[in-house]
Amino acid sequence: MHLAYPAVLAVLLFCTGLYGVLARRNAILVLMSVELMLNAVNLNLVAFDVWLRDTLHAGQALTLFTIAIAAAEIGIGLAIVLLVYRNRGSSDIDRLRDLAEKPGAADGEPQPDTTAEAAA
Amino acid sequence: MTLAATAAGHGFLSPSGVEIAFVLVGIATLGAAVLTVTTRQLVHAALWLVVALGGVAVAYLLLTAEFIAWVQVLIYVGSVVVLLLFGLMLTKAPIGRSPDADSGNRWAALVVALASAAALVWVVVDAFRATWINLDGAAQGSTEASGRSLFQYWVLPFEALSVLLLAALVGAIVLSRKSGEGEAAAASLTNGAARAPAAPAPREEQR
Repeated sequence: MHLAYPAVLAVLLFCTGLYGVLARRNAILVLMSVELMLNAVNLNLVAFDVWLRDTLHAGQALTLFTIAIAAAEIGIGLAIVLLVYRNRGSSDIDRLRDLAEKPGAADGEPQPDTTAEAAA
Repeated sequence: MTLAATAAGHGFLSPSGVEIAFVLVGIATLGAAVLTVTTRQLVHAALWLVVALGGVAVAYLLLTAEFIAWVQVLIYVGSVVVLLLFGLMLTKAPIGRSPDADSGNRWAALVVALASAAALVWVVVDAFRATWINLDGAAQGSTEASGRSLFQYWVLPFEALSVLLLAALVGAIVLSRKSGEGEAAAASLTNGAARAPAAPAPREEQR
C-alpha cells in the first residue's frame, strides 16, 4: 500500500480535530476533537511502524501507550468539565473568562490583584 | 531512476484492492469526523465520533495491526465514547439542535484548519510520494508480535503507565467528589463563584 494514503488520512483527521478544538464552544465537544487529533497521531504511528518493519515495534507500543494516556486524559478532562459545570452551571468555554485581561484595566486603575502584572 | 522503477510496479492509477478499501474507509472516517465537529446536535456528535473511531480501527486492520485495532474498539469506542456521553448528559446537554454549539471564531478556525491541512498534505505527499508499505508476509501487529515486543522491550513504560492510570483514577475521583472538605476549600478559594453543589448557577441558560 502506498504510504501516502494513511499519512494523508492522518493529516486530514488531525486538521478536522484542529478545527473542532478551535471552533467548538462546549468543552466536551472540544474533548471529542482532541480525541480525533490523538487518533490521527496513532494512525501515523501505526503506518510508519508497518512501513519500517521495526523489530522493536516501537510505533505499535507507542500507539498502545497513547491510547491508554488518552483514556486517562479523557477521565481527568471530564472530571474537570463536570467540576466547572457544577461551579458555574455551564460548560461553555467561551464564558470562562476569569483569567482574561479586562480591556479597561490595562491602562486605567489596575485591579488589586493585577498590580504586579501591571507594574511588570 | 528508482522512482520510475517503483512507479512501474505500483502506481496511483492502478491501485491494489487494499488501497481501494483504505480509500473508501478513509472517506467514511473523514466524513464522520467532519460531521463530529460540525453537527449542532451534541449527542449526534458523540455518535459520529463512534463511526470515525471505528473507521480508524478498520484502517488499523488494513495496515495489519490487528491488536491495535481491537484495543481501539475496546477502549475508544467502548469506554471513551461512553464517558463522553456520560459527560454530555451530566452537564445537561440539550437533546435537540443547539444553535450555540459553534463559537464565533468559526471562520478563523476554518481558515487555520484548511491552511494547515493544505500545508501538511503538500509536505506529506511530497515526502512520501515514492514510498510503499509492503503488507505481504506475516502480520506486523498480530497479538503475538505485539505482546512479545511489549513485554520484552517495553515493560518499564508499560508498568509506569499503570501507575499513571492509577494516578488519573485517583485524580478523577478527587476532582468529581460531590461534597467534603475539598469542596469547602474550593468554595473558600474562589470568591463567590463556587456555589452549593446541588444548586446550579442562575446564569445557566434555559434549555
